[in-house]
Amino acid sequence: MEIRPILSSMRRNKVGAVLIGLQIAVTLAILCNGLFIVQQRIALSQRPSGMIETDLFTIDNGWIGNPPDVSSRILTDIAALRALPGVVDAANSNDYPLTNSGWTEGVNLTPDQKNSSAFMALYFGDEHLIDTLGLKLVAGRNFEPSEITDRGSTDRVQPATIIVTRSLANRLFPDGKALGQSIYVEGGKHPTQIVGIVDRLQIPWTGAAGWQKKYFEDSVIEPYQFVDSASSYIVRTKPGQLDTVMLAARKRLMEINRNRLITKIEPMADTRFTAYQDHRGLAIILAVVCAALVAVTGFGIVGLTSYWVSQRRRQIGIRRALGATRGAILRYFQTENLLIASAGAIVGVGLAIGINLWMVSSFEMPRLKFVWTLIGAVAVLLLGQFSVLWPAMRAASLPPALATRSA
Amino acid sequence: MFAYYFGLAIRSLKRNVVLTVLIIAAIGVGIGASMTTLTVFRAMGSDPIPGKSDQLFTVQIDNWGPNPESSGPGSKSHRLQDQLSYTDAMALMKAHAAKRQSAMYASGVSLTPANPDLLPFQLHIRAAFTDFFPMFEVPFLYGAPWSAADDTAHAQVVVITRALNDKLFAGANSVGKTLNLEGHEYRIAGVLDTWAPIPKFYDLNDERFSKGADVYLPFTRAIDEQMEAWGSVNCRDNAESGWQGRLRSECIWVQYWAELPTSAEQGAYRRFLDNYAAEQRSAGRFHWAPRTALQNVREWMVYQQIIPDEVRILVLVSFSFLFVCLLNAMGLMLAKTMGRSRDIGVRRALGATRRAVFAQCLIESGVVGLGGAAVGLVFTWLGLLGLRALLSAKSVELTHMNATDIAIVVAVAVVATLLAGLYPTWRATKIQPAWQLKAQ
Repeated sequence: MEIRPILSSMRRNKVGAVLIGLQIAVTLAILCNGLFIVQQRIALSQRPSGMIETDLFTIDNGWIGNPPDVSSRILTDIAALRALPGVVDAANSNDYPLTNSGWTEGVNLTPDQKNSSAFMALYFGDEHLIDTLGLKLVAGRNFEPSEITDRGSTDRVQPATIIVTRSLANRLFPDGKALGQSIYVEGGKHPTQIVGIVDRLQIPWTGAAGWQKKYFEDSVIEPYQFVDSASSYIVRTKPGQLDTVMLAARKRLMEINRNRLITKIEPMADTRFTAYQDHRGLAIILAVVCAALVAVTGFGIVGLTSYWVSQRRRQIGIRRALGATRGAILRYFQTENLLIASAGAIVGVGLAIGINLWMVSSFEMPRLKFVWTLIGAVAVLLLGQFSVLWPAMRAASLPPALATRSA
Repeated sequence: MFAYYFGLAIRSLKRNVVLTVLIIAAIGVGIGASMTTLTVFRAMGSDPIPGKSDQLFTVQIDNWGPNPESSGPGSKSHRLQDQLSYTDAMALMKAHAAKRQSAMYASGVSLTPANPDLLPFQLHIRAAFTDFFPMFEVPFLYGAPWSAADDTAHAQVVVITRALNDKLFAGANSVGKTLNLEGHEYRIAGVLDTWAPIPKFYDLNDERFSKGADVYLPFTRAIDEQMEAWGSVNCRDNAESGWQGRLRSECIWVQYWAELPTSAEQGAYRRFLDNYAAEQRSAGRFHWAPRTALQNVREWMVYQQIIPDEVRILVLVSFSFLFVCLLNAMGLMLAKTMGRSRDIGVRRALGATRRAVFAQCLIESGVVGLGGAAVGLVFTWLGLLGLRALLSAKSVELTHMNATDIAIVVAVAVVATLLAGLYPTWRATKIQPAWQLKAQ
């Protein structure tokens, strides 16, 4: 294929070629970064929480009028929930994963440390919490019933024992020997011993940037019965019995005491759906914009090439009359598009990387892998070839006699 | 002349329907995407209290020291804390140094309806001082704010929203009636008219775009009732257990706003804050030079990064998308203009000036721009519906289009199309009549 005649004819049509090239460059840059964000957000929303979510539901329960006997009321409720048919286990806590609100505290390795070694999300629970959530204990032991004490929302205390996630254990003790070590939590001077390590337990927050993303598994369980006018009951059911147990649980709790407020009762699957709603929303919107972008650029190429074809009817006819085959005409337009698109793609790869670097600094995004920009480049080249096919085929099918006769 | 050119434009656009549709569709899609995100962006960043946003100031006092021990994950030590401790908030209230001022915080209570058949339900409350209402120009439907004496007396009195009044009293004047909150009877002093500044600038801790509280009650009463703060409570290590421990601690959890209409008052208040911090230092509570700040509503919204990253990303992506659409439209318009070289050549040969040709092409661009605006409005409307369905309920209320938004859509579409059409139009005026006539 002769490139020189294509280039010389392009020189007479500079603006059109530049417009297509620029479109392809910007399309590539947006496509790479947009789809990268989509992939990031999807990956984020698919992180395992460590819980057996399909069999879990939660009840946010409140007591009216600050009664003095909250502790015994909660114990009665939890015992009743555990006794319901279809319930595997139940526990009371201050919070649970995916709620996007909760408690954090610093963790220190020495009692007088000025800056914390790590931060942790706090969950309070008795010896049933691990089993209720379905967490995997990978080292050490669960709490003993004798370790559990009451704790209110304004209490500033430190537990003697604690269960941490593997992620937090490794952050505090990179040598992997966290079990049995003493740490200092909640600003206290008394040591807290790590007695157990669970594989995973996500923090309540699901943000896409900063510490919420970086430390998303840095959680602990402290051996407390959370005693407050508002707390959360977590219930694990036998597989497939979630819906019936949920109805029975509400009924049972109202039978026990009507002077309460159940502000929310929902399956963990719904909690997850809400927690990641904005991430999913952003991903969908960006995917739609990327699709629209591809369509607009594609149609733009179709439109402009069609115009070039009609402008060059006479030349095409002369070439055909002089013996050029249909394939030669087709290849002419394809090569022309490939040249323009390649130039655009080169600019686009640079632009994509530039935008990504800027996003890394202003949105705490990870770096885009170079190979993805290359895949994107190939994709826009294919888009160009695909879009040019129809007008090029129309050009190739122009009968030579008709094309030269009149314009 | 204009009408004639307008007719010519329509006729010319009809002659090449496919190209015209492509151009209008490209502009419409681009405008739709960018205007959808711009509408959300504008709504989120809009002035929640126009006319007064530069007179209302939130107060920041450093009670932790300039280089505090790490206060939480992701904390930035150079930033002043977002909220005040109870100690500082009460000291400022007592000093009463501004025209109006109020400490405030959010909490929740249960309401037990008078009708025993109805189940209790939960209400969002805001604990504040009486100045809250005139300071934020909160409109009243019935009654009035509780009095300063009620603040001092820790009175069991409330102001409720119109929505709650509709729900409980079917919209009737309920002033003087009582509500049972957490087992205590509260007298209703006033019923608000609809009032929901968006964003909820006075408390940006969470649910920044929510409607706010259902019930307002005196701060002093809420403290007596030990109502726990809903929002952010950030404590230092030295905090003691229990509610009294919380009140004595350096935990920060109280928002504080002051109305300072003139720059003289603002300057005086800044000096007052520094003096206060200096006093705390000489009293041995602070061990550092005073660090205080006053930020007005707009400054506060910027400081608190009111626009989420998701929306920023969408605005950037959608405007890049608009750019691609305009490049596209420009290419197609160029093709269209050059396709009409012959007509233009004839017109020029018959005596039309370059200026006339320019005007004609520009009007044609304008017509295309109007078409793009119409399509763009439809896409913007669809886009907002989509955002409403896809994004969380918190930001739902934002996604309404007002007249300004519509005007912006039309203006941006027409101006952008005219800009994109400028080069093709200029090329049209450069067409040599002789060349075109000869080719025939």
